Amino acid sequence: MTEFPQLSLHVPEPAVRPGGQPDFSNVNIAKAGSVPRPEIDAASEDIRDLAYSIIRVLNRDGEAVGPWAGLLSDEELLTGLKHMMKLRAFDARMLMAQRQGKTSFYMQHLGEEAVSCAFRKALKKGDMNFPTYRQAGLLIADDYPMVEMMNQIFSNEKDPLRGRQLPIMYSSKEHGFFTISGNLATQYVQAVGWAMASAIKNDTKIAAAWIGDGSTAESDFHSALVFASTYKAPVILNIVNNQWAISTFQGIARGGSGTFAARGLGFGIPALRVDGNDYLAVYAVSLWATERARRNLGPTLIEYVTYRVGGHSSSDDPSAYRPKTESEAWPLGDPVLRLKKHLIVRGVWSEERHMQAEAEILDEVIQAQKEAETHGTLHAGGKPSVRDIFEGVYAEMPPHIRRQRQKAGY
Amino acid sequence: MARMTMIEAVRSAMDVSMERDDDVVVFGEDVGYFGGVFRCTQGLQAKYGKTRCFDAPISESGIVGTAIGMAAYGLKPCVEIQFADYMYPAYDQITQEAARIRYRSNGDFTCPIVLRMPTGGGIFGGQTHSQSPEALFTHVCGLKVVVPSNPYDAKGLLIASIEDPDPVMFLEPKRLYNGPFDGHHDRPVTPWSKHELGEVPEGHYSIPIGKAEIRRQGSAVTVIAYGTMVHVALAAAEEMGVDAEVIDLRSLLPLDLDTIVQSVTKTGRCVVVHEATLTSGYGAELAALVQEHCFYHLEAPVVRVTGWDTPYPHAQEWDYFPGPGRVGRALAEVMEA
Repeated sequence: MTEFPQLSLHVPEPAVRPGGQPDFSNVNIAKAGSVPRPEIDAASEDIRDLAYSIIRVLNRDGEAVGPWAGLLSDEELLTGLKHMMKLRAFDARMLMAQRQGKTSFYMQHLGEEAVSCAFRKALKKGDMNFPTYRQAGLLIADDYPMVEMMNQIFSNEKDPLRGRQLPIMYSSKEHGFFTISGNLATQYVQAVGWAMASAIKNDTKIAAAWIGDGSTAESDFHSALVFASTYKAPVILNIVNNQWAISTFQGIARGGSGTFAARGLGFGIPALRVDGNDYLAVYAVSLWATERARRNLGPTLIEYVTYRVGGHSSSDDPSAYRPKTESEAWPLGDPVLRLKKHLIVRGVWSEERHMQAEAEILDEVIQAQKEAETHGTLHAGGKPSVRDIFEGVYAEMPPHIRRQRQKAGY
Repeated sequence: MARMTMIEAVRSAMDVSMERDDDVVVFGEDVGYFGGVFRCTQGLQAKYGKTRCFDAPISESGIVGTAIGMAAYGLKPCVEIQFADYMYPAYDQITQEAARIRYRSNGDFTCPIVLRMPTGGGIFGGQTHSQSPEALFTHVCGLKVVVPSNPYDAKGLLIASIEDPDPVMFLEPKRLYNGPFDGHHDRPVTPWSKHELGEVPEGHYSIPIGKAEIRRQGSAVTVIAYGTMVHVALAAAEEMGVDAEVIDLRSLLPLDLDTIVQSVTKTGRCVVVHEATLTSGYGAELAALVQEHCFYHLEAPVVRVTGWDTPYPHAQEWDYFPGPGRVGRALAEVMEA
C-alpha cells in the first residue's frame, strides 16, 4: 500500500454538449459601468482585477454607463453601427456565394462584429494590424473597397493576390492590414517585431496583434509576450475569446488559468478583459491601450469576451459539438442589436431607419458583388494566369523557376 | 586589404552594412554586449548602440518572428541563430512565413531578413551543435541558401545577403571560422592568415548570390562541394593525384547549374560531397540534376560522400565526418568505373 492514491488525468469538458440545455452560469459578468478606468500609466500589478472582470459600457437598458462611457459622438456611433451591419451583410452574401460554388471557402464574423470594427477606430493611419482570419471589420471600418475583398474571395482576374491565397486571407499595407497567413499564431510575434521596429526608428506608429482563444496555446503566443514585455514594444496584444476553437471549447487552451487575459500578468503586461459584444466598451478599452502604446508605456493585452455564433468556417457544422440554441443563451447578447438599442434610447435612431439602413447596405453589398462577379468567380469567368503561380516567389525569378514556368507552357 | 578570419570577415560584413544603412539591425542570443558565442558580433553594440545590436530571449521562433515583423516595417534584420541546430523552433516562421510573405501578399509585404547560423561539425559538438540542416531550407521555395567556404566569400556574400530583397539562410561552417580545415583533424590548424582567401577588403563589396566558383581546375572528375567540404575535396584531390575539378557552390538556392553542367559535361564524372546526412540530402538534388542534364556525358554513376544516416555522434566524430580518406576513395571509385 502506498500512501498516495493512483494518479488520474484531467481532461476539461464544456458544461454542455448537443442535446443539453445551454448553460453560461459559469460566465461571471460584471455589471455595466462597474469596472474602474485606471490611469493610462497604471502598472500591471496595480490593475490585476481588470484581467478577471469584464469591462462593459452598455447596460441592459441600452444606456452607456460608467467610467469607460462617453467617448464617442452619436455620429461616430451611427457610423460604427453601419460598419457592423455592413460586415454582417457582407458575410451573409459571401457565405451564400460559397454555398453556390462561387468560392471554395468562407469564414464569417457573426456575433463578433464589434471587436474588429470598434478596434479599428482606435488606430491611426500608418498603424499596422497583424490579423487572423476573423477581423475583416478592420478593413470594412477603414473603408477598404468591398469589391477588392470579393475579388480576393472569388480568386478572379482582379484578385489583388492573383489567386495564390485561400479566400478571405486579405492583405493591404495601405489599410494597415498585414497579409493573413492562415497559419495560426505566427502573426502574433511578428506584430511585436513590427512594433519594435517602430520604436527602433523612433517612429510614432504602433502595431496590433490578433489571436483567438485556441491559438494562445501556440508557443508563438508566449514568445510574443516575452518579447513585448522585454522590449516594452508599442503593441496591443488582442485575444478574441469567442468560446470555440473549431470544436474545442476554450477551456482546453485556457487550462487552469482563470482567464486568457491573466496570461499577461505573469509577463508584467497590463491585461484587460472586455465585453466583446459592446461596441462602446471595445472602443474605450482599445483607445486606452493604444494611448499607452503611443506614449511609449509599452504593450497591453486585451481579451475580448464574445461568442462565435456561426461555424468556424464554411466547412464546419457546430451542431455536432454544441447545443444548437447555445448562441441564443449567450449572456452578452448581439453587438449589432445592442448598439442599435443604445442609439434608439439616445433618440438618434429608430426601427424604421434601421430597416432602411439594412436595405441600403444590402444593396451596396449586392452591387459590389455584381461588379466583382464580372471579373469572374472561382470556377467561372476571368481568373488569374497560370503565370501567376511562378511570379513573385522571389523579387527576381531564379533560373530553376523560370525553367519550370516554361515547362508548364508559360 | 586586411587579413581576416571568417569570424572577422562576417563581423566586418555586418559592420559595413550597419554603417551604410541605418535600417540594418542585428540581434540574437548573446550577440549584444558579449558579441556572440563565436564573437561574430563583437563590438557592434558598442559602435551602433543597443537598439541596433541587442541580446534576445532564448526563443528562436520569437527571434525570427520579430525579425519578420521588423522586415515588414521596413528594417533589414540580420539575426543570429546561435547554432543551426537551434533553428527548429523557428522553422514554422521560416518556412510558412518568411519564405511566403512576398508570394502570398503579391509583393504588398516582403521579408528581407538574413538568418546567420553556424553549421556543420568538426568541433566535437555532438548531435545538437554539429548539424547541417541546409536541405531543410533548400526544400522551401522562397528562401535563398548560402554557404561560404572562406573569409573573402563570407564577407561578400553576407553583404549581398543583407542587401537582398528576400529571406536568406546564411550558414557559416563553424569549423572554418579560424582556418581552412581540410579534414585532417590530427594535423595542426592552418590559420586564415596563411591562406589567400583570408585577404579581405576592409570596405564594401558583394559577391552575387547564385554564382559558384571553381576552386581547382581539372578534367578527369568534377567534385561538387560547399562549406567545409570544399577544403576536404581539395585535399583529397591533391593526395590522390586525381585531375579533379572542384566546384564550390557558395549558394545552394539559387543554384549555379550552368557551372555544374559545363564541368561535368567536360569531365564525364561527378562526386558530390556534403557533411549532412545522405538520404534526401542536398546531394540527392545535385545527383538528380547532373543525371538530368549530363546523362549522355557520364562515364560513371554519380557518387555521394556524406555524413552517415545517423545522428551526429560525439566521440566517433572523425568516423562520421566525411574526411579526405572517404572522399579520396570515392574519387578512385568513379575513376575506375
